[in-house]
Amino acid sequence: MGDFVLDTYDPGGFYCEMLGCPATAKIRDRLARMPTAEFKRRAAGVEQALYNLGITFTVYSDSQAIDRILPFDAIPRVLPPEEWDQIERGVKQRVTAINLLLADLYNSQHILKDGIVPADLILGNANWRPQMCGVKIPHNAYVNICGTDIIRDEKGTFRVLEDNARTPSGVSYVIENRHMMLRSFPDLVDEIGLRSVEDYGMHLVGAMREIAPSTSTGERQDPEIVLLSPGTYNSAYFEHVFLAREMGVPLVEGRDLVVEDNRVWMRTTAGLARVDVIYRRINDDFLDPEAFRPDSMLGVKGLMRAYFAGNVALANAIGTGVADDKAVYAYMPRIIRYYLDQDAILENVETNICREAPALRYTLDHLDELVVKPVGEAGGYGITIGPRASRVEIDECRTKLIADPANYISQPCISLSVSPTLIDGAVEPRHVDLRPFAITGKDTWVLPGGLTRVALRRGSLVVNSSQGGGSKDTWVLE
Amino acid sequence: MARFVERAENLARILEVHETYARDRSGARDWFSIVQLNADEEAFAEKHSTASARNVIRFYLNDRENPTSIFNSVKTARENGRTLRPLISTEMWVQLNVFYNRVSRIDDDELRPGALSPLLSDIKEACQSFTGITEGTFYRDQAWYFYRLGRYLERADQTTRLLDSKYYVLMRDTDVANMVNTGQWLALLRAASGYHAFRLLHQSDLTPWRIASFLLFNPSFPRSVFLCLREVDAAVTGLRSRYNLRGGYDVAEGLDQLRSILGTRSIEEVLADGLHEFLDFIQRYLMAITDRLGTAFFGHPPVKRAAWQDAELWPPLAATDAADLQIQSQA
Repeated sequence: MGDFVLDTYDPGGFYCEMLGCPATAKIRDRLARMPTAEFKRRAAGVEQALYNLGITFTVYSDSQAIDRILPFDAIPRVLPPEEWDQIERGVKQRVTAINLLLADLYNSQHILKDGIVPADLILGNANWRPQMCGVKIPHNAYVNICGTDIIRDEKGTFRVLEDNARTPSGVSYVIENRHMMLRSFPDLVDEIGLRSVEDYGMHLVGAMREIAPSTSTGERQDPEIVLLSPGTYNSAYFEHVFLAREMGVPLVEGRDLVVEDNRVWMRTTAGLARVDVIYRRINDDFLDPEAFRPDSMLGVKGLMRAYFAGNVALANAIGTGVADDKAVYAYMPRIIRYYLDQDAILENVETNICREAPALRYTLDHLDELVVKPVGEAGGYGITIGPRASRVEIDECRTKLIADPANYISQPCISLSVSPTLIDGAVEPRHVDLRPFAITGKDTWVLPGGLTRVALRRGSLVVNSSQGGGSKDTWVLE
Repeated sequence: MARFVERAENLARILEVHETYARDRSGARDWFSIVQLNADEEAFAEKHSTASARNVIRFYLNDRENPTSIFNSVKTARENGRTLRPLISTEMWVQLNVFYNRVSRIDDDELRPGALSPLLSDIKEACQSFTGITEGTFYRDQAWYFYRLGRYLERADQTTRLLDSKYYVLMRDTDVANMVNTGQWLALLRAASGYHAFRLLHQSDLTPWRIASFLLFNPSFPRSVFLCLREVDAAVTGLRSRYNLRGGYDVAEGLDQLRSILGTRSIEEVLADGLHEFLDFIQRYLMAITDRLGTAFFGHPPVKRAAWQDAELWPPLAATDAADLQIQSQA
């Protein structure tokens, strides 16, 4: 164990977010002078503070409910202004293209007629919502909140790993992590200009006002905005409360809302109050038992009728899941070119679409080199990482692929960049990714930085919180 | 007693928020603004040549010689508590002792970066515990009314100082016209624990004048000047009606006047005449109220302050009142 943070740190052969960036010199210098024991003590204090703040998710096992915090690593991930500039422009471009794609798909479908994207990939997709065809969306902002997962390869090139265009989560950690760093490591932050993450709630509520149906508010000056949560048992409930408070809007559950006369109302102590915009943290299929899953207890009966009548706005819109599908992802560079006549500012990871015969053949021949992902899953489930997989796992993967090739894509195994991370009192390299959050109303705004997730298990590439991941504060330098 | 606990809590709030949030774009913090906020420039300059983080924090946390330090506020609260021991509950007295022992033990190690925030949280919590214990155990007689008087007078004063400090800092910014330094204003709201309440009222329009208006005039925010004065007024009225205390007529009248000013003046008018001047006016008014309370209820001689002569500031004394005062001061 080194006496000072970074003493014994060795990133191995990976691209290191800290050492690879000249702009971090001042921060490195401070870490190099900070005793590891002191650093560890403060980091433990942060974890205690997160616990006291109740920034926890509940793990259920053996009929016991245990509150856990998302592990927090106090060594920040730093982005210099020029790198952030590229990410910010790239994310905006991508979100713009996704919204254009959705507007096209749910209206004239030029992109399908022009054969850029195979029609059956869209129209046969589980997240395709034919009910949305012809529905007008203000500013064509289908995806109001987008989380773009970005990784960095061994050369330091940023690449988009996937788009999260349904209900991306994690932004509350971005803001709370910053608060924690400012509280516990003020000496690390001193005289280093950081882009603020403070005004996310304000931008979010601003976008929600912009998408409010112009017909619904009538004489009321301000639209009524609510955040719809599945409730206290949801693992992201903390985030729902956090965002409602940051936006200054009521947090509601399905049972608090009622649809009458194709209008949405909220039950209050003073009777029913009209609702104009719903930031919903419930997936499409649970939103309205009348329109989607009839067994949903979380939704609001009749919500879709009000929505299609143009009396309420939903963020994100219904049917955005078709755009963040892992198979559609493969076409993203072509989609960007088609709508914007531009090259993608952020590259994709090279992707083999197994529904296409040559790609399937290539994938089956190179299973031990490739990462194979099911297209429908989220949260890092069902992924086979060829170079790490056992013989048995490779064979299982092969069987699944042959049985249902359209359900899979494969990608080369990328050596994700690493960031120095405190592990049991020593600082070791751990793989990280980045999820910037983009908010779109009339325009798109990107929160500086985003959620840096870190795979805490040695060598692990899976950063998801459900799979042993933690998070770091992301510093965008002024 | 109440005043000093309230003062310690406010100072802890200001230091905590300054330590954590009050950075400018280059990540620097201006610690001298805290010295200015408390009007301690001279006393500070006698001890320290630079307003470094370390010097300012030490000056306000555990400096035994600085009468405005948290240590001395808690010490004074405990001394007062000792005098009031027959009136206050045992739990209140215990909390004052525990608190005093806690702040006596603060050493340099606790002032380190990273350790300071938790320490300040502890101090704030100790004050809040005292407030809660008092609420739950203090016998509701005259003493309770005086306790409330002290607490809310001090809180009103602290809120004006907090607002004044940021106004001062922000007026030096180049972008005076807009005063768009959002981070600093958010820090101000957090210092007053008003961030979320404010966001409920104003979802997107986070302008400095709205924040100033909120801290001055909001009728429901527990630290707004308006609410604090309502509580002061209720306490004075209670003392006068329930306990038939004869003094304090001029205080009640003065409070009426100040409350009507706060109730009718718009933030636009305040800004047009100068926010600093308005805050200064309130502070002088509060001081005058404190002085007159001392005269009315505790037989302190009337204090002659320049501000008193200001006809604008205070309604002219009624002849009978003035005679009353003279009799009391002779007694």
